[in-house]
Amino acid sequence: MNVVELLSDYTIQNVVAGAALLGLVSGVLGSFAVLRQQSLLGDTMSHAALPGVCLGFIIAGTREIGSILLGALATGALAALVMLLLTRMSRLKTDAGLGITLSVFFAMGVVLLTHIQGMNNASQGGLDAFLFGQAAATLRSDLWIMGGITAVALALVAALWKEFKLVSFDPEFATSLGLPVAWLEVLLTVMVALAVVVGLQMVGVVLMAAMIIAPAVAARQWSRRLEDMVLLAALIGVAGGVFGALISALSRGLATGPLIILSVSGVVLVSLTLAPERGFLWEAIRRVRARRRLRYQQVLTTLYRLAVHHADPVYRSEQGMLDTYHGQRTRAVLRQLMRRGLAEWCDTPPDEPGPPRRWVLTPAGIAEAERVLAALGREDL
Amino acid sequence: MLAALLDNVALQIMLVGALVGIASSLVGTFLVLRGTSMLSDAIGHSIVFGIVIVWLLTHQQSGPLQILGAALTGVLTVFLTELLVSTRRVKKDAAIGLVFPVLFSIGVLLLNLYARDVHIDTHTVLLGEIGFVWLDTVTLGDYRIPRSLLSMGAMTLLNAAFVVLFFKELKLATFDEALARALGLAPGVLFYGLLLLTSGTAVAAFDAVGAVLFVAFVIVPPSTAYLLTDRLWLMFLYGIAVSIASSVSGYALAVAWDVSIGGMMAVMTGVFLMLAFLAGPRYGLVAQLLRRRGQRRHNEIRTLAVHLYNHEGGPEQGVENVIRALREHLRWDAAKAGRVVQRSSDRRLIVREGEALRLTPQGREMAREILDPSGRSSA
Repeated sequence: MNVVELLSDYTIQNVVAGAALLGLVSGVLGSFAVLRQQSLLGDTMSHAALPGVCLGFIIAGTREIGSILLGALATGALAALVMLLLTRMSRLKTDAGLGITLSVFFAMGVVLLTHIQGMNNASQGGLDAFLFGQAAATLRSDLWIMGGITAVALALVAALWKEFKLVSFDPEFATSLGLPVAWLEVLLTVMVALAVVVGLQMVGVVLMAAMIIAPAVAARQWSRRLEDMVLLAALIGVAGGVFGALISALSRGLATGPLIILSVSGVVLVSLTLAPERGFLWEAIRRVRARRRLRYQQVLTTLYRLAVHHADPVYRSEQGMLDTYHGQRTRAVLRQLMRRGLAEWCDTPPDEPGPPRRWVLTPAGIAEAERVLAALGREDL
Repeated sequence: MLAALLDNVALQIMLVGALVGIASSLVGTFLVLRGTSMLSDAIGHSIVFGIVIVWLLTHQQSGPLQILGAALTGVLTVFLTELLVSTRRVKKDAAIGLVFPVLFSIGVLLLNLYARDVHIDTHTVLLGEIGFVWLDTVTLGDYRIPRSLLSMGAMTLLNAAFVVLFFKELKLATFDEALARALGLAPGVLFYGLLLLTSGTAVAAFDAVGAVLFVAFVIVPPSTAYLLTDRLWLMFLYGIAVSIASSVSGYALAVAWDVSIGGMMAVMTGVFLMLAFLAGPRYGLVAQLLRRRGQRRHNEIRTLAVHLYNHEGGPEQGVENVIRALREHLRWDAAKAGRVVQRSSDRRLIVREGEALRLTPQGREMAREILDPSGRSSA
């Protein structure tokens, strides 16, 4: 199947569009969640969407996407509130609150799921596909609903941009300005449930956590401003979503959800390694460079000090002595000094004992050593 | 007795459920106390990867080596998470949420690819099948014993031995990590040992309850216990009690309503937690509210006593020390003023004489003590 055929396939169009919508909404909302250190709340809310899916089905009596998503939204948000209640009103810490809500709500979902299966309702088919998502079953009508939810979420973010930004970075200052901080925080939290709802169809309740976290973490590597981060997170989310969905479409039988998660996580890995300034690779290179520079200056000034102590500007230092003095091999550094014309590797006069060749600073080397010492502010030697 | 147990499917299922709960809450207690409960969520998910790999390699799942191999994935998750955190690019919560979905995704994709070779489907991965544990048995002597019962029993004993042997060290490392390190106890190694056991328990419990319900058994019973007591050993006892009670009641309800047994057991742990949250003796919501109300009432009585004492014997006594004055001067409404006066006279701190209120000697003593706790000025 070539690309044109691929993109004109009805199912694949739906899957790609759905994955793009999911990437868009979870990238934007995830940025706020990650910055506010509420990454795992997304995990809890997505697991807690399962009982809502089942309740929506039971109430509607059929696999009607609207009521299922509404149910998921309700129990996801309810779980966040229960989590807040548990941690605010008792001695339980946040992590325990998250874990309790996640597992008990999910267990309720499992119980309801088996209850539905026991009802022998013919239209129940594939309800448990919400565990891992069922991207291939996405209909055009589902897309309209997912698009509508995404639009609502994005409109809210655009309308309350300044407020959300302030609440995410400096809630105390926001309070002092008279903003309703508590309400804004609840709103931001509940909006994560919107992203979860969009993701139900595509990646399922279990893997939604990564969809919220990964694009935001990747985007943070490349940006220093919230505006850039949110835009980039949306872009990464869309790209990862579409890529994963296409791979899944090409290789029949591989689940879409895990593939989307792996593509987005791949972007995270690349970003963590390669992003300028914040990437590991650049940091490692910077560290090696700094270490090499330090070693280079140390050996240079050692040669200089030896010359000063012996009151002999062309004092010949032995390689072995320099190695012992620095506690490691210095030959590579000395060769580097020689290449730059700061030191010379010259013959020992025949009447002196010891190795046949020794190291001597050139006039340029002496000047450089004096410059380094002056920069360090060390006049005593 | 063993024969009776092995004939009774219900008893076997409940026993496996209780053992999952007991083994999990033994290690979960420390996770909850250290504030790292969500690691059990990460471990529960990522062992799927380990289980699939081990199955593809050995075509076995429940031997000790298989459990150890799969459990190492759980430890790997925690290690990778801590590695990410140590780079200072990612916060701890985000790091947890980045690592386990990747391992879980790979596990699920491997299940897709080798579906014919692997005995587990993606459905069981999440939910387990505790109702079928009695079908998969091993023959030991004359008995056919469910495989899950054996592996869960072994994990329970192992966890209990670890907790008993290192009780002092674990306690110190949990409550005062710096001191533990200063004493040379290597709390990091101890913690990784704990996580290895948690992963092992997750693998052993996988057939019965799956990846996600496992989290409930690890976190919820110890959290319930934490709401009930301050003593560590009591936390274990309460955690074990909650596990057994959840297993039995969950099984009964699941059979009655014809729903998932493992799911219902996990829901029951949540019900017991809610009970402790609402009705716990010291940290429960009701106890907190009652305590707060008692304090508020006590303060009202003290306020009234001081008010009467301040105006006692002065020219304004006739105006101030009457019920009506409380409304204007203390801003109490009539009903509240009436209640406080009633309670104060019940305690014999004041007496009513028509409209007027008068302190009794006890009431006067109380007001004096409030205004001058050290008793200096009266000397």
